Amino acid sequence: MSFISYLLNGISLGSVYAIIALGYTMVYGIAKMLNFAHGDVIMIGCYIVFTMMTTMGLNPIVSILAAIVGCTVLGVVIEKIAYKPLRKASPLAVLITAIGVSYFLQNLALIIFGADTKSFTSVVNMEPIRLAGGKLVISGVTIVTVVACIIIVAVLMAFIKKTKAGQAMLAVSEDKDAAQLMGVNVNQTISLTFAIGSGLAAIAGVLLCSAYPTLSPYTGSMPGIKAFTAAVFGGIGSIPGAFIGGILLGVIEILGRAYVSSQLSDAIVFAVLILVLLIKPTGILGKPIHEKV
Amino acid sequence: MAMLEVKNLGISFGGLRAVDNFEITIEKGQLYGLIGPNGAGKTTVFNMLTGVYKPDDGLIRLDGQDLIGKNTIEINKAGVARTFQNIRLFHVQTVLDNVKIGLANHYKYSTLTGILRLPKYRKMEKAMDEKAMELLKVFEMEDKAGYLASNLPYGDQRKLEIARALATEPKLLLLDEPAAGMNPNETQELMDMIRFVRDEFDMTILLIEHDMKLVSGICEELTVLNFGQVLAQGKTSDVLNDPEVIKAYLGE
Amino acid sequence: MKNFSLKNMKKTTKNHFITYAMVIIVFAVVQFMVSGGMMSSLMQGLLVPLCTYSIVAVGLNLCVGYLGELSLGHAGFMCVGAFSSAFFTRYMEDSGMNPNLRFLLALIIGTLAAAIFGCLIGIPVLRLRGDYLAIVTLAFGEIIKNVINVMYVGKDSSGLHISINDNASFTLDDTGDMIIDGAMGITGTPRQSTFLIGILILLVSLFVVFNLVNSRSGRAVMAIRDNRIAAESVGINITKYKLMAFSISAAIAGAGGVLYAHNLSTLTALPANFGYNMSIMILVFVVLGGIGSFRGSIIAAVILTMLPEVLRGLADYRMLIYAIVLIAMMLFNWAPKAIEWRQRFSVKKLFHKQAKGVQ
Repeated sequence: MSFISYLLNGISLGSVYAIIALGYTMVYGIAKMLNFAHGDVIMIGCYIVFTMMTTMGLNPIVSILAAIVGCTVLGVVIEKIAYKPLRKASPLAVLITAIGVSYFLQNLALIIFGADTKSFTSVVNMEPIRLAGGKLVISGVTIVTVVACIIIVAVLMAFIKKTKAGQAMLAVSEDKDAAQLMGVNVNQTISLTFAIGSGLAAIAGVLLCSAYPTLSPYTGSMPGIKAFTAAVFGGIGSIPGAFIGGILLGVIEILGRAYVSSQLSDAIVFAVLILVLLIKPTGILGKPIHEKV
Repeated sequence: MAMLEVKNLGISFGGLRAVDNFEITIEKGQLYGLIGPNGAGKTTVFNMLTGVYKPDDGLIRLDGQDLIGKNTIEINKAGVARTFQNIRLFHVQTVLDNVKIGLANHYKYSTLTGILRLPKYRKMEKAMDEKAMELLKVFEMEDKAGYLASNLPYGDQRKLEIARALATEPKLLLLDEPAAGMNPNETQELMDMIRFVRDEFDMTILLIEHDMKLVSGICEELTVLNFGQVLAQGKTSDVLNDPEVIKAYLGE
Repeated sequence: MKNFSLKNMKKTTKNHFITYAMVIIVFAVVQFMVSGGMMSSLMQGLLVPLCTYSIVAVGLNLCVGYLGELSLGHAGFMCVGAFSSAFFTRYMEDSGMNPNLRFLLALIIGTLAAAIFGCLIGIPVLRLRGDYLAIVTLAFGEIIKNVINVMYVGKDSSGLHISINDNASFTLDDTGDMIIDGAMGITGTPRQSTFLIGILILLVSLFVVFNLVNSRSGRAVMAIRDNRIAAESVGINITKYKLMAFSISAAIAGAGGVLYAHNLSTLTALPANFGYNMSIMILVFVVLGGIGSFRGSIIAAVILTMLPEVLRGLADYRMLIYAIVLIAMMLFNWAPKAIEWRQRFSVKKLFHKQAKGVQ
């Protein structure tokens, strides 16, 4: 029974990684940049919810909506100020700028909210489900997280397939210049991508903090890196890839922690990533790169 | 013995037969042309000859030595050097260094010798500088040795690629559209240079070209490729007057 | 012809000379200020770390600027150098070996260990490209850090005891000495790193990279960076030269780690000193200093390490300002609009910068 419960915990954590990884993978696919600050947008989202719920005593739903709006705006603003001017610059310059934005958000949070760890109140008030005569307890957060992740992935895939904006995203990710020639508003599409990715980050943050209820300015940093790993794992640029990568990563992490070593769980996650990339250099669902001679 | 002997060479990409049953024999010192419409598979042949693509079947012999199964590096060491249709220079290095990189396998010294600047380093670098300048002189580029490769005019970039290929001391030189993008004057100059290289270095040259003036001007023999297959082969004047060839070029 | 190559030699030699001179002059000025009591103890405490970061940045610049591969794992190599050398120093502490000789050996061991790790990691990793390579190097760095945190190595009269994951699996007798104590790291390493040693290691690192990039092997490495397919076509062994450059880059980071380890009496593998954040910080030095410019890496490492200290008066705001400065500098340096603007006002300066980028 404990294995199943670990597995469920893993899927739950993996779902959070998957939601964050979606943001990474979409931004990477379209802007071809590693948005290192993505993890810190998560942290900002958590602080918004924390402030509204715990400090101001507002309703969780209202708080979450506010966090989504806040993060969406933040994502778009970051893109406009810091990344847009560098769109034609070297990828390394954009990466360093993203690191700068990450430092900025962390230190901004540090000044506003202080360095002390806040204890986050779970936004999910659902009763746990007991199965197998009470031997297997599935917490409300686990259920909500997994369900939220599945819905998000399904909606996102439908959005990209069915809507004009989604098709524009696909076009920009395939070939920015060609898309521009075809009349796609590239700037708008990139903004939209950042908006969606950041909005998702807010949701991921709330779910993460509900399951692991501590909040500090560095909360988003490691999950951000792991979610990025998940995106690479699944094949960066691919939405189903981010989903699969996220879930696998979460499961490996929790099982590794339970059965091998709690201190080595991160090392195990990264070791699996390396193995996957050595066997399939572009990730599980990534497209192979061809170079014309 | 022929310098290059290719028999029954073929490759498929995803079910599409890009090159099929390709055959060619080039004698030492010959200037040989490979022509054909766009997409006929000419560059694919070059890529197979240099180990960039692994042919599905066939035989490649350079001066009696089997090249099948060797990688690009081994094939270069065996004596095949090439230029590229889309110029591939080491663009942020100087013209001189581009040639010296080509020379590297013939003027060896270890990394440690280089780091410690041992006497052998100075001796080898000096010899390389001299040899590289000699090669650049052939292409009348000695005064541009210090330029960045990316700052060269287009025609000079093509010439530098040839100089770099020659620096590896090949037995067979493959030129992929050397005159592409050149004006008639530059093309004329290039033709003289290619002839000069052949005579001076006793080089065997196989070139892909669309410029018929160049092809008829310097190539002694031709092979015409169409849809991956050899359409005609033989003396340049005979091939260019072949009705099949004319049809393939002008369309039906 | 002779004339040209001579002139060319002079230009690169001059550039190297300026860099060596800059380091030596800074050393002399600092020594003068320290002996004259003109430097606060806080600043004096920063001297060895400044050398450490400069050394690692020079090593990383070889990887990023000349090999053209983005590594986010150099803190891992630093970590290997630090722990292997500190382990050696602690192990030999009671052997009666001359401390200077012991330090020299520790330096060699740390550097070699990092080089070996660089080679081992490079073999699989260098097949990957671009961002994939970056994330895998990051992963390796994190693995190294995590594994060191669960290593327990003790020494007693019966020899060495090694365990992974807990310290209860072996008991040491009364002569016992726990050298690596899991997450507690290595304590009691003699603090042998001095500013002079740091400067010397930095000068040697510069000597290695300058001479490397101007040699046959260095040109091969740059050829691979500029055009892999063309490099293969002229017979350059891609794997060999990539591995060589990556290992040397790792070795230099390892040497920086040795200096770092012998500057602290307690060495622990924390996210702050050997995690990906450190790798990123070093990368920031390299990019801001100018990719491919070793002198720039050193200057950026010094300025950016000093900046938060200079801003210390601003308390919590200092890191925020640091972040803003970083973003502003990137936009100023790289945004096409900013470049256009600068071009209009300073053609000469820009030209100068481009010329520097070559060397």
